[in-house]
Amino acid sequence: MANFEKENVMIYFDKVSKKYNDNTIALDQVSFSVAPGEFVSIVGHSGAGKTTLVKMLLAEERPTEGAVFFESVDIHALNKKSVTDLRRRIGIVFQDFRLLPNKTAYENIAFAMEAAGRTDLEIASDVPQVLELVDLGEKVWNFPHQLSGGERQRVAIARAIINQPDLLIADEPTGNLDPINTFEIIQILQKINDMGTTVVLTTHNKGVIDSLEKRVITMEGGKIIRDDEKGRYVL
Amino acid sequence: MRKADTCYSKNIMFLTNTRRVIRAGFINFWRNRVISLASVLIMTVTLFVLGFIIFLGALFQGSLEQIRNKVDVNVYFTIDALEEDIINLRDSLSELPEVASVSYTSREEALANFRERHKNDYLTIQALDELDENPLGASVGIKAKETSQYESIAKFLEEQSALAQGKYSIIDKVNYEQNKVAIEKLTKILAGAEKIGFAVTVFLVLISIIITFNTIRLVIYTSRDEIAVMRLVGAGNKYIQGPFVVEGVMYGIFSAVITLALFYPITLWLGDVTDSFFGGINLFEYYVSNFTQIFLIITLSGVVLGAISSILAVRRYLRV
Repeated sequence: MANFEKENVMIYFDKVSKKYNDNTIALDQVSFSVAPGEFVSIVGHSGAGKTTLVKMLLAEERPTEGAVFFESVDIHALNKKSVTDLRRRIGIVFQDFRLLPNKTAYENIAFAMEAAGRTDLEIASDVPQVLELVDLGEKVWNFPHQLSGGERQRVAIARAIINQPDLLIADEPTGNLDPINTFEIIQILQKINDMGTTVVLTTHNKGVIDSLEKRVITMEGGKIIRDDEKGRYVL
Repeated sequence: MRKADTCYSKNIMFLTNTRRVIRAGFINFWRNRVISLASVLIMTVTLFVLGFIIFLGALFQGSLEQIRNKVDVNVYFTIDALEEDIINLRDSLSELPEVASVSYTSREEALANFRERHKNDYLTIQALDELDENPLGASVGIKAKETSQYESIAKFLEEQSALAQGKYSIIDKVNYEQNKVAIEKLTKILAGAEKIGFAVTVFLVLISIIITFNTIRLVIYTSRDEIAVMRLVGAGNKYIQGPFVVEGVMYGIFSAVITLALFYPITLWLGDVTDSFFGGINLFEYYVSNFTQIFLIITLSGVVLGAISSILAVRRYLRV
C-alpha cells in the first residue's frame, strides 16, 4: 500500500501476479490505480491478461502474489457475504452479454434490483428510467433470443447500472457488434461516466480507443507496457 | 424504536424475497416446460415404483396374514376333564406373551359342530344317536403371534400335562407334533420372503432415487451459466437456490398427482384379480381406504426428493 492516497483512489492493484497451474503467467507484477470518476480503457491482444485483470476485480480469481484493493479494502480477504456486497457495487458488461435466457429484458434488469433487496416500488420506478437511458424502446418484454446483439448489450448495460454502481466494468462489450452499434454502446458508456460512475473498459477496437481520448493502459504478455492520459491505440 | 424499525423492514424484505423466489420458481417451471415435463415424467416413474412397493407390501402382508391365520395348535381334552380345569388352563394360556388368541370349544359345541359337519351322513349321525353319552371332548384352539412361537407354546402344554400326571391328565392330545414340520417350514419361508422383499424394496427405491437425482442434476447443469450470471449480478446464494428448490418441489407435487391418478384405474382393474388370487385383499379397496396415508407418503417423497436433489445440484455451482 506504499504510494496511494486514500481519497483519490478507487481501485489499486499492488504488484499483482497470477500464475495458472500449467505455469502460464497471466499477470506479471501489475500495479496501477484508478481514481473515482475516471474512464480507463485497457487494451492488448488476446491473452495479454485483460480478462484475468477483470476477474480479479470481481473476486472471481485470486492473485498468486500481490493484492487488489477496492476503496482500500483487500478484495481477496473478504468473506462470501462481503464479496456478494462488493459485486452489487460493481456493474459488469460482457462481450457475450450473459443475460438470463428465461427472463424478459425487463425481468433481467429487475433481477439485479431484486438480488440487491430493493422494493417493488423502487423497481417499478427505476427500470423504465434506465431503459430510457439505453434506448431499448418497445422491446422491453422480449426474451434475449428475440433481441439483436446491440439490443442485448443495451439490456446488459441497463442491468449493470440499475443499482447505481460505483464502478462499471465493460469487458470487450463491443466485440460482437457492428460499427454502428459499437459507436452507440460506447456513447452510452460515456454518458454513464459523465453521470459520475467510474468505467473500466477492455477492448481491442482501435476506433473506439482513438475516438474516446481517455486514459489508456496497454498490456502485453501480462505486463503493463504503457499507461497514457488521453491515449491512443498503439500496439 | 430504530431497532424495531429495521427488524420490521427485515421481515418485510424476507416476505418479499420469499414471494419473489416462489414466483420465479413457478415462472421458470412454466418457461422451461419441456424440461419440466421430462423431469416430472421421470419422477413419476420413481414415485410409481414407490407406490407399487406399498401395494406389493400390502398384498404380501395380507397373504402372509392369511397363511398365519390358518396355522394353529389345538389341545384336545379328555372326556372326563372338568370344565373348571380346562378354563384354568385356557386362562393361563392366554396370559402367555406369545399367544395371540385362544378359543374354547366346549363338549356340547364340539358335538353340535360334528353334527353340523356330518348332517348328510346318515350312518354317522345314527351311530352317534346310539350312544347315550357325548363321545367328544372339549378343545382349545391357540393362535400364536408368530409362527415361530408355536414351539414354546407346545412346550408349555407339555409341562402342564406332566405336572398334572400325578393326579390325572386332562389333556388328551396336542396336535402340534403333527403340524410341526409344516409349521417350521412355513416359518422359514415367511422369514425368507420378508428378507427378499426388503432387499428388493431397498434396491428399487435406491435406483429410482439415483435416477431422479441425476435428472434434476442434469436440468440444473443446463442452468450453470445462468447461475454464474446471477452470482455476478450480486444475488445471494439463497436467492439463487430458492427458485430451483421451488421447481424441484413442483416436480414432486406434479409427479405425485400423476402417480396417484394413475393408481386409480390400475388398482380398479387389478382389484378383483388380487382379491381372488391373494385371497381377501382387494387392491382398489386398500387404495381407497388408505388413500390419505398413501397420498402423504407419495407426495412427501416427491417433494423431499425434488427439494433435496435441487439443493445438492445447485450447491455445486455456488462455490466461489
